[in-house]
Amino acid sequence: MRPETAVAGVTLAALVAYAVLAGADFGGGVWDALARGPRRQAQREAIARAMGPVWEANHVWLVFVIVLLFTAFPAAFAALSVALFLPFHLVLLGIILRGAAFVFRAHSPRGAALRWGAVFGAASVFTPVLLGMCLGAVSAGTLRVIGGAVRIEGPAPWLAPVSLAMGAFALAVCAYLAAVYLANETAGALREDFRARALAAGTAVVALSVLLLPLLRAQAPHLWEGLLRPRAAPVVAVGVAAALLSGWALLRRRFRLARAATVVQTACLLAGWGIAQHPYLVYPDLTLAGAAAPAATLRFLLWSLPFGMAVLLPSLWYLFRVFKWGPAPGGEG
Amino acid sequence: MDTLTAARAQMEVSLAFHMVFAALGIGMPLLMVLAEGLWLRTGRAHYRALARKWAKATALTFAVGAVSGTALSFELGLLWPRFMALAGPAIGPAFALEGYAFFVEAIFLGLYLYGWERLSPRAHWWAGVAVAASGMASGVLVVAANAWMQGPAGMDPLAAFRSPAWPQMALHSTLSCYVATGFAAAGVYAAGMLRGRRDAYHRSALTLALAVGTVAAVLQPVSGDLSARHVARHQPAKLAAMEAHFRTERGAALVIGGIPDVEAGTVRGALRVPKLLSLLAHGDPDAEVTGLEDIPADERPNVVIAHFAFQVMVGSGLALVALGAWFWLARRRGREPGRWLLRALLAGSPLGFLALQAGWIVTEVGRQPWVVRGVMRTRDGVTPVAEVPATLIGFSLLYLALGTALALLLRRLATGAPEEAADAP
Ligand code: HDD
Ligand code: HEM
Ligand code: HEM
Repeated sequence: MRPETAVAGVTLAALVAYAVLAGADFGGGVWDALARGPRRQAQREAIARAMGPVWEANHVWLVFVIVLLFTAFPAAFAALSVALFLPFHLVLLGIILRGAAFVFRAHSPRGAALRWGAVFGAASVFTPVLLGMCLGAVSAGTLRVIGGAVRIEGPAPWLAPVSLAMGAFALAVCAYLAAVYLANETAGALREDFRARALAAGTAVVALSVLLLPLLRAQAPHLWEGLLRPRAAPVVAVGVAAALLSGWALLRRRFRLARAATVVQTACLLAGWGIAQHPYLVYPDLTLAGAAAPAATLRFLLWSLPFGMAVLLPSLWYLFRVFKWGPAPGGEG
Repeated sequence: MDTLTAARAQMEVSLAFHMVFAALGIGMPLLMVLAEGLWLRTGRAHYRALARKWAKATALTFAVGAVSGTALSFELGLLWPRFMALAGPAIGPAFALEGYAFFVEAIFLGLYLYGWERLSPRAHWWAGVAVAASGMASGVLVVAANAWMQGPAGMDPLAAFRSPAWPQMALHSTLSCYVATGFAAAGVYAAGMLRGRRDAYHRSALTLALAVGTVAAVLQPVSGDLSARHVARHQPAKLAAMEAHFRTERGAALVIGGIPDVEAGTVRGALRVPKLLSLLAHGDPDAEVTGLEDIPADERPNVVIAHFAFQVMVGSGLALVALGAWFWLARRRGREPGRWLLRALLAGSPLGFLALQAGWIVTEVGRQPWVVRGVMRTRDGVTPVAEVPATLIGFSLLYLALGTALALLLRRLATGAPEEAADAP
């Protein structure tokens, strides 16, 4: 495998980790904003309890993706930073407000806590939409990089129909992930609340994919063809199968199975998108090879990976074992 | 406002904001770990209460540090895309390793903050140690990237780690985080004691914070001297600017204070100590020190800002050494800290952060007009996007609002009694 392809694979894997882990934290914020009914306070508390110990670690995956991007594909990072100047700033606004409001709320007196809670919810809704739109912009084909200069053909690429649909899709996926995870981490009536939310979000995911497919075919034919190519198609097929499985498992209240299937579904759909993009980073002008850093830098990244992961993976495992998979302690810490 | 000015200002606002939380993120975990370690060793409950209180403060500041740091990693590209297209492959490796340090820090902070009941006391303490160590490592690594900008040692992936400026800068900037955190925390407890709270909790907090702050503050002039000698050798333009040294001469005097007059090439109202600059910069009272006159006009940094910031840093640093000495001398004589000492500690509590910000201004303004010294000028690295003034205003307001809200929350936390009951981190 060529080194830039290997690093692109690592970047895609980190993006998948971000989606599967931090995506659920955004989704948690969505359900916080939409908390309804007699158990509304309990819903919010369950969400805060689930996010509290892990959201900052989950967030680091995004930092990692950005660092990989500017280290390994500096030309693409530069071009995207120029072309997506406004949406990236809005993403940052969302990230800053979401994170700050989440911790500020926990330390505020009641009235202020409600206001920070509203900020937290709103930022959790619009940040994943914008992230999805940015992902869409990369595939839309109107973001051109000619002779090193960025040129936008027609309307802003992040506002293209494909990008808008990807934004909505990202939001639905986040909400779905969060509801499925939360159904695993709660019990009784609260669990039923989150199951109902998961079913609603799952329906939205299916509806949006049905909308997205013809849109891709018409507006981003290269991506559509990429998805059908033998490299990507099996991955996408597994993703679709996992999606159906997770829906079925939810209906049958097989929550653990639903969680596993949802993770596979999200990972495969995102990975399928990445593989279908290949060899383009930004269609049609920036390829992996064309935007790549010198081979020595790519090799540094690849060689440092096992050492970094040797530290990271056991630590992550420990974190999740203590807070997610371990027995609940008597008193909440 | 043109894009370049706005981009510089946005970078400075973002860095200065982040740096406050980065310094706390490096300093606070050390304080927590020390307090918790004392609790484990002595079993005295107020040490545990302290560790818990500091952990709560850290939960607030860490989150703001993490999100503002994320903003910075995007802003490197948003504001300086051409710089990043050039520098990414060389400084990226430092950021990549820093990324692993961030993971460790965030993971073990989660364990520390939420794990009081779930981990054994020993495991919990070690989680704190991991946070303190990885916080320090992330600071050291990001400084490698900055050291590369001060004088790049090549473009290969190890270039940032070979930067000759890195060891001095890493040492000096790490110490600065402990200075700033230590004295700021001391101010909080000095204020409490001035209001009559002279219990074991307040006394221990003050002593611990000042132990960390004073050790670092005493080392800081030594480390600053190493930095200055390095700057004298490798970045004569920066040295001349921060010392407001206009004419190349042997036996150069040290210019203390004063306002540089760039047109006339003099400094008004300054105190001069003969031969001291030559001695400090090159270790020989008769050594020649390059003046600004021998730096091409379009390669001179802003003398007024660099000189002023340098005076602020050194002045604050020396004041903090004196404050620390006062406290420890009084303590050795077995006295309780008196009202004047407490007032001085309160007044001096922002000086560490002031020195830290001023020092970065010396370093970064003194690097101008280069973004990568000798390789790329700042104006050649800036984004072509015209909307930067708008994002500058937006981000400045956002940070102002967040900073204010956080300050109020921290004040509420500090004036509250040490609670044992309500333990949401
Ligand atoms: C608490 C903070 C603090 C204190 C008390 C001091 N400094 Fe400092 N100084 C910094 C915090 C700082 C810093 C963290 O802001 C800088 C910016 C870049 C760096 O490596 O450290 C810095 C930079 C810096 C530089 C420029 C280095 C470069 O550009 O490579 C010099 C020459 C000094 N310092 C010298 C001193 C001296 C002689 C001090 C004597 C008291 C001193 N500093 C106290
Ligand atoms: C000398 C300057 C810097 C130091 C010492 C420093 C140190 C730190 C520390 C200790 C943290 C942990 C968070 C906290 O404690 O609040 C942090 C977070 C962060 N910093 Fe900085 N930083 C510096 C400059 C920068 C710069 C220039 C960038 C990017 C271009 C950056 C990017 C980040 C990011 C992305 C995070 C978030 C990590 C997370 O999600 O946990 N930092 N920094
Ligand atoms: C955290 C402490 C830091 C502070 C307070 C700081 C401060 C500043 C200031 C004041 C400027 C504007 C200079 C001018 O326009 O005159 C600047 C520019 C810049 N800094 Fe730093 N800096 C810090 C650390 C870093 C680090 C660790 C990096 C690592 C990559 C970095 C990268 C840059 C870049 C890319 C610019 C813009 C280009 C330029 O103006 O030269 N800074 N910084």
